[in-house]
Formats: sequence, C-alpha cells, structure tokens
Amino acid sequence: MTDWFALTPDEWVAIRLSLKVAGVATLAVLPLGIVLAYALARGRFRGKALLDGLVYLPLVLPPVVTGYALLVLFGRKGVIGAFLEDAFGLVFSFRWTGAALACAVMGLPLLVRAVRLSIEAIDTRLEEAAGTLGASPLRVFFTVTLPLALPGILAGAVLCFAKALGEFGATITFVSNIPGETQTIPAAIYNYTQAPGGDAGALRLSLVSIAIALCALIASEALARRTRRSGGPE
Amino acid sequence: MITFNASLQRPGFTLDAGFETKAGLTALFGPSGCGKSTVIRLIAGLERKGRGRITVGGRVLMDSAHRLMVPPHKRRLGLVFQDAQLFPHLDVKANLLFGHALTPPAERKVGLDAVLAVLGIEHLLARDVGSLSGGERQRVAIGRAVLTSPHLLMMDEPLAALDSARKEEILPFIERLRDEMGIPILYVSHAVEEVARLASQVVMLREGRVVASGPPAATLGVLHAEHQGDIISFLQGTSATPNPDYGVTRLGHPAGDITLPGLIDAGAGLRVVIHARNVALAREIPPRTSLRTALAGVVERVEGEGAIVLVSLRLKGGEVLRASITRLALDDLELSPGVPAYALVKTAAIDRGGVQGLRA
Repeated sequence: MTDWFALTPDEWVAIRLSLKVAGVATLAVLPLGIVLAYALARGRFRGKALLDGLVYLPLVLPPVVTGYALLVLFGRKGVIGAFLEDAFGLVFSFRWTGAALACAVMGLPLLVRAVRLSIEAIDTRLEEAAGTLGASPLRVFFTVTLPLALPGILAGAVLCFAKALGEFGATITFVSNIPGETQTIPAAIYNYTQAPGGDAGALRLSLVSIAIALCALIASEALARRTRRSGGPE
Repeated sequence: MITFNASLQRPGFTLDAGFETKAGLTALFGPSGCGKSTVIRLIAGLERKGRGRITVGGRVLMDSAHRLMVPPHKRRLGLVFQDAQLFPHLDVKANLLFGHALTPPAERKVGLDAVLAVLGIEHLLARDVGSLSGGERQRVAIGRAVLTSPHLLMMDEPLAALDSARKEEILPFIERLRDEMGIPILYVSHAVEEVARLASQVVMLREGRVVASGPPAATLGVLHAEHQGDIISFLQGTSATPNPDYGVTRLGHPAGDITLPGLIDAGAGLRVVIHARNVALAREIPPRTSLRTALAGVVERVEGEGAIVLVSLRLKGGEVLRASITRLALDDLELSPGVPAYALVKTAAIDRGGVQGLRA
C-alpha cells in the first residue's frame, strides 16, 4: 500500500522516453516552425494558401490519418523514408525517432500559429527602420523580428512540447507501441487500461502527465514574464 | 543633392513627381494624402513598385529603365519616422548605436558624443525606451539615424505627433543638425510654420504632383490659392533688438518695427511668418493702441467676393503682406489698389514656432 505511488521501472522508462521524444521533437521542429511562421506572416509568394493549409492540416485531420501518412511516406519502403535510410542511415519506422517525427508534425501547427501571431503583431515599420539603418534583411530578422517574437516563440514551443507529450494517435499508428522504444506515457496508459489490474498504473502515469504539463506551462509563463521585464514588447 | 523623377500607382492614388534639391534643408510640403510620405519611402527604397529614377548626391539609387534598385540597407540614408519606431527590446544606447555599428568604420563621420551633445540626450542613455516622453523618443530616433552618417537625412513629419511645447523643444535641435553638422535634410511636413522656419527650399506637393518648388517665400506664397484659412506672408527683418525686461524682441523692417513675442537668438534668420487672418488694416496708425506692429504700405490687390476678402499690401521695402478683412471694412475704409494703408499685427498672434531662434 505504501508503494502505491511508487513508479515501476517500466513506468520510469516511459516517462524518460516521453520527455526525450517531446524534447527532441520540439527542438527539431522549432527552426522550421519559425521559418514557416515568418514566411506565412510576412511573405508574399504563390502557393502561400496551400502552404498555410498543409501546415495546419494535422490539426484538423484524424491523428490516425496523419500517422498513416507518415507510415506511407517515412516507412522503410516509403518514398522519403527509403531515401533518408540510404542517404543518412536515418530510420524512423518503429524507432523513438519516428515517435519524435510524429510528435513534431502534430505540434507544428500549434507552434507556427503562436509564432506567426507574434510576428504579425510586430510593426513592419520597425523592420523598415532597421533596414534604413543599414541592416540586411537577414540581420533584421535576427536582431529585430526574432527578439520581438520571442514571447510567442516560447509560448509556441511550450504548446508544441505539451502536445508532443500527449500525442497518441499518430504515434501509435506510425511507430506502434514498443516498450522502451516507442511507448510514450499515453501509450503506456493505454496499455494499462487494456490490461486487468492496470488502474493504479494508469492513474500514476496520468498524474505524472498532469504534473509535467503544469510545470511546462508555469515555466513558459515565467520565461515570458522575464522577456517582458528585460524590455520585450508589452 | 536629390534628383527625383518617379511615379507610383496605387488604387485611388497616383504619384508622378519630379524635383531637384540642393544641400541644406528642403521641406516637402503639402496637405495630408498628397504623397509626401510616398516620396520619402521611394527615396528610402521601401516602396518597390515605383518607376523612374532617383539619385542622391550623384549616386543612382533607383533607375527602373535599367532595372536598378539599391536595397534600403545599402542606400546610406537616414529616415526618421513620425512615431520614432525605436526598438522596444533595446535600451536608448543600443538603439542609438544600432545603425552606427553597421556603418563601415571609414564612413563614420558622426560620433556618439557629438550627437548626444547636439540632441541633449546624454542623460537618457541607460533608459528603457518605454520610459521616454514623446519628445525624447523623437530625439533618440533622430540621433539613431544621424549616427549612421547618412548622405541624406529624411524626416517624415517628425513633430506631427507632438504638442506645441514638445515641438519647440525639438525644432532647435533640427536647426543645429542642419547648421552644425551640415547634413542635407529632406523634411516632410504639412505645418507651414515649421517649413517657414526650417527650410531653405520648399517642394510643394498636391495630389501626387509637384505644384511649386523653390525658396520658401516664393513657394509658400502660392498657398493662398491652395490653403483656405492658412494664408501666410513672410517678412524678412533687418535687425533684432531684444528687450529682456518685457521678454519681447523688436525686429527692424523697412516698413516699420515688428514686435515679436520672446527673445531671439543672435544670428537667427530674422524671418517671420504672419497669418493673413491676424493682420488688420488701417488708413492711419491708431493713437494709444495695444497693437505694437504697424507696417506702412500700399494696397496692391484685393481678392475674393464673399464676406471676407484678401488684401495684398506692398510694404515699404518691397515685401508683400496679406490681410484677411471683411468686405464691409474694405468699403468703409475705401481701400482699393494704390491706396496707402498700415498693416497692424498683434504680437500675441505671431506664432513663436514660425520664427527661427525665438525663445520664450
């Protein structure tokens, strides 16, 4: 009874794996998300509406469909998957990397949306002013746009991380539910609920999920407040 | 300095303007929506759709016939926006040095110390830009642009967002930039006093076209047809005698002394702007009146048919002063071309902003 709250070694494995998958997914997708958000906020190019749609698609598609699409594209026999394995030895299917890819794809819309809104809130004349002061477009991006969008980037990254921790449908469809490799917290909870006597384990992992999500939200608030204090936009 | 020949089409608006400027301060003057800001944006390279040719100091910045378009960051021009546009994530010092750091060392002609002294912003260096007043923000924005040692400094209505006290706080700094630093300035404004006070030449825009250009007295004289209710005259004084006891200055003029509100700095331009609606006419100088300025002249022309007519008085010395008076008074005084008359101006009605170097 005293050990009721104690996490089993298997559960620790799932928690560590979840944090790794979500962390890698978030960090890996962050540069892409910022570039996409900037292109959608400031760019004027053909096919912008299509790009817009593609980025947000995982948000509205059934996660199973996204997972299946990943399987078709990034599986060992998939068009992209086969190429990546040949060229870089990078394998996604039934690996934790695949879980991270699924989480990244699912988190991307949330990240892009938050970053895009914060870039759109920046007065374009600030960027023009930087240009007339001698800053090239690339320098303007790094010295003006990016610092001013920082609160949005942090918020987007936290949302993406939280989404990655909770991702279930696309992950299980794409890389299955292999303990120690692709079994993240939600997949482990699912396993517990399917087995007799798994209630305690499901409850423990659920509490852990809540705790991690809450910590992430509090940390992002604190970070946002700190950037505001150090002179960020109101 | 600038040769500008460019056009730009936008829904509901066409700019098609050509003008040339010399060194010194050129005012780009005209009502809101006449295309002043578009001209500045074209010169700065912020409008990419323009056609034509623009050169600054002999350097071609845009030539659509040769598909030449220098990007904004390579033009080496300073631009001061109406609302400062300071970087909110940087403090005052970092804002000031943003462009300075990007200027090639060999081309840095203006140093931080000189700018701090001229603009009087030394005490603000460590401040957060959010804590600055409107006038302080604008001075920092001017300093930031000047510190890039620009070939041309453009100011897009830098005082429009400020109240008149803040304006008077900044005008002397702009005069010092013009006189002490010798930076050519293109100054956008729709305020006639600012233009009259600062400009050595004026380019007047209206509905996207240049309607006049040249020295202020000649170009702004066109105003009476253009600007209803804002008819002005320029008078050039010959000497200034401050009267510190009363806080006024007597400006010598061939047609009679002009009494100005405030003390004038030595070496100022002695040019004064007088609104036609603030001028009264009399056949002789009234005895025991509070009016301190009475200028002798001869009626040259009477314009207008309504209740208020515009009388042009050719003053002794040759300058023209315009007065808005009622047709009733005109007939009562039997004023007509060739009749001698005095123009009376209330000192309190002379806008201090329109006189260079005038202090309260």
